[in-house]
Amino acid sequence: MALRIAMEWLGSCSGCEISFLNMGEELMALLEAGVEIVHAPLLMDHKYYGQTGEGKVLTIPEADIGLVSGGALDEHHLCVLEEMRRKCTMLVALGTCATHGGIPALMNGRDRRQSLQEVFETVSTDPGASLPDVEVPASLERVYACDEKVAVDLLLPGCPPHPDRIVEVLHSRLEERSLNLSSRSVCDTCPVERRGKGELRDVLRFFTNASYDRSKGVETMRCLLEQGYMCMGPVTLAGCAGGQAPRCIEARVPCRGCYGPVRREGNQMLDMMNALASNGINYRSVVDRRSILRFSGAHGRLRPLRK
Amino acid sequence: MAEVITIAPVTRIEGHAKIAIHLDDNGNVDDAFLHIQSLRGFEKFIEGRPAEEIPRIVNRICGICPWMHHLASVKAVDGALGVTPAPAGHRLRELCQVLAHVNDKILHFFFLAAPDFILGPDSDYSVRNVMGIVKTNPELARRVVKMRQLGQMLLENFAGKAIHPIAGVVGGFAKPMSEHERQEMLQGVETLLDFARYSIDYAKKKVFANYQDVIGALGNITTGFLATVDPADGSMRLYDGVQRLMRSDGTSCDFKARDYDAYLGERVESWSYAKMVYAKTWEEGFSLDPDRPRGIYRSNTLARINVCDRISTPGAQEELEEFRELFGRPAQQTLLYHWARLIELLYACERSKELLEDQAITDPAVRTEAHPRAGRGVGIVEAPRGTLIHDYTTDDQGCIASANLIVGTTHNIGPMNMSVKQAAKTLISGGKYTKGLLNKVEMAVRAYDP
Repeated sequence: MALRIAMEWLGSCSGCEISFLNMGEELMALLEAGVEIVHAPLLMDHKYYGQTGEGKVLTIPEADIGLVSGGALDEHHLCVLEEMRRKCTMLVALGTCATHGGIPALMNGRDRRQSLQEVFETVSTDPGASLPDVEVPASLERVYACDEKVAVDLLLPGCPPHPDRIVEVLHSRLEERSLNLSSRSVCDTCPVERRGKGELRDVLRFFTNASYDRSKGVETMRCLLEQGYMCMGPVTLAGCAGGQAPRCIEARVPCRGCYGPVRREGNQMLDMMNALASNGINYRSVVDRRSILRFSGAHGRLRPLRK
Repeated sequence: MAEVITIAPVTRIEGHAKIAIHLDDNGNVDDAFLHIQSLRGFEKFIEGRPAEEIPRIVNRICGICPWMHHLASVKAVDGALGVTPAPAGHRLRELCQVLAHVNDKILHFFFLAAPDFILGPDSDYSVRNVMGIVKTNPELARRVVKMRQLGQMLLENFAGKAIHPIAGVVGGFAKPMSEHERQEMLQGVETLLDFARYSIDYAKKKVFANYQDVIGALGNITTGFLATVDPADGSMRLYDGVQRLMRSDGTSCDFKARDYDAYLGERVESWSYAKMVYAKTWEEGFSLDPDRPRGIYRSNTLARINVCDRISTPGAQEELEEFRELFGRPAQQTLLYHWARLIELLYACERSKELLEDQAITDPAVRTEAHPRAGRGVGIVEAPRGTLIHDYTTDDQGCIASANLIVGTTHNIGPMNMSVKQAAKTLISGGKYTKGLLNKVEMAVRAYDP
């Protein structure tokens, strides 16, 4: 049974697409099982306006499943997103940019127009330049997650999402069955030692490496939050561990929340302040509190500060 | 009849672009543009953020070369906070960086570029892609997929994440390498090295040999080149070194990271969100006229191959000598980027092996402690796409006061426009064009792996 996939990328970095390819040989098995990629600018040459550009309307072919990565930052993204919604039976928001705004939504905390203009006034840029506006798409007023603009059937966050999750979604469509996705936090998948509240009152910036015995596995390391680092495990959706330890913890660095909030509507900043407080840490000692929303600044979570 | 041919989106590239080819009343190419469509503003929204957090924010500039942004960023933060990284940390960073180059090049050559050569530029778009290679050359496809996967897993198993890394930190690296990890990685790298040798042999026999006329002509322009070399012997360096800016006649000057803004300027055109970097220091201004280019130089693989005096690893050095015998120095033909990319693939594998064979890489002292302070640091690495520059200024709290980024591909925006124009002018006349011809124009862009 054929499964047509359309892939698009909005304000995307292509990390989700590379994660898709990181399914490795599974891709070949899927192709053999009848998966057909009908549109995917990174991988194949289907064009928006016909193969010789003769069309007038941006067109994406019909597909059973659409994977959209990236948030919507400009008019073109909106156009592509709406066409994907029209043509794909099931629309999946792939990656944290698509589900929650992701890193580019940090721009939502600033005056967007002013900031974009200043990009064209950096120290190495020839003076007198203004924001380009010929044959390039106009920016939207802020960075949007996909579900702020169209109805989305499935949210698959992650920066990037684990390839196993992507494969699960495709298999569930091929086999026409429903999908069970996690709603636990990163801490639930983290094997480290918990000994209770740590001794430090102020948050440690990550200027020194964590304490652990390097001859032993990560499960013998004391929880990083208890060590005094700001670790966003408690306020972040599980999924990166893939059967081992959460990726950042494996590297001995604290989590920064790249799968977005545990609940779709969660506020990672408010939840983190609470998590710090319950560990006896003075949340006011966090430098740049607003960057706790670095992955989930869409949905109005991050706004410019009033002057 | 005058018209504009639109190729949108440009496909099998790592970004968002469209090409517009303007025909005059006789149906001949009057002008052509590569309109870069994306603008996110990283330089601005990292302002005010703690410097030590930046390397795990700016890695998200690119999901294909995140290690490059990650490491240019840690180097810039080191500089701003006045920290010298621990030697083992420095080695681990370089190892991860060259391994990331390996993965990137396998992806580009086999998944993105090869379909044009293996299936043919005129083949139907529905098969002219990696899925088509899976059908026609299943054994090659399987091997390629396995090798790229191996490369990704080597990085992930050691450093936690291959995509959007977090293990590079100010002052060094987040964790040391154990002897067991060193042995495992060495084994994996040997396999990749074997594949790199196979890849360049395969490409020379089965790809480049069959497309000599295309290589000889498509998208060809004359420019200078920018890359990084070892200050002691001018050999190719990907992670650290001095920057060398070469003119089209082969003469060059070297400069240090901190002085980049005395040599390079960025020009803004109204029709591209990506700026165009040019050699301000040549004092000839800026012009994209292919017959009289001014200030124009290229980066990325062909630049690195041209600019270096030699390559420090034996296999790649041998390939470089053969390349230079065939094409001279500096070589200008745009499609030679693909050949140069495979020579670099070999270098990156050999260099990874060199780094892993030295036990010093398992030294547990991987990080020097940093403290917040006001300062400025410029971190430069060779990303696959070109010389990547992260320039940060910090305030007393050690937060970013201002930042300037020149990313690898940006050096090539002007040259890609010139190559597109050259290709379009050569291939299209009298208003006649086909899907295959338009794909060939795209091939002139794909060589740059933008």
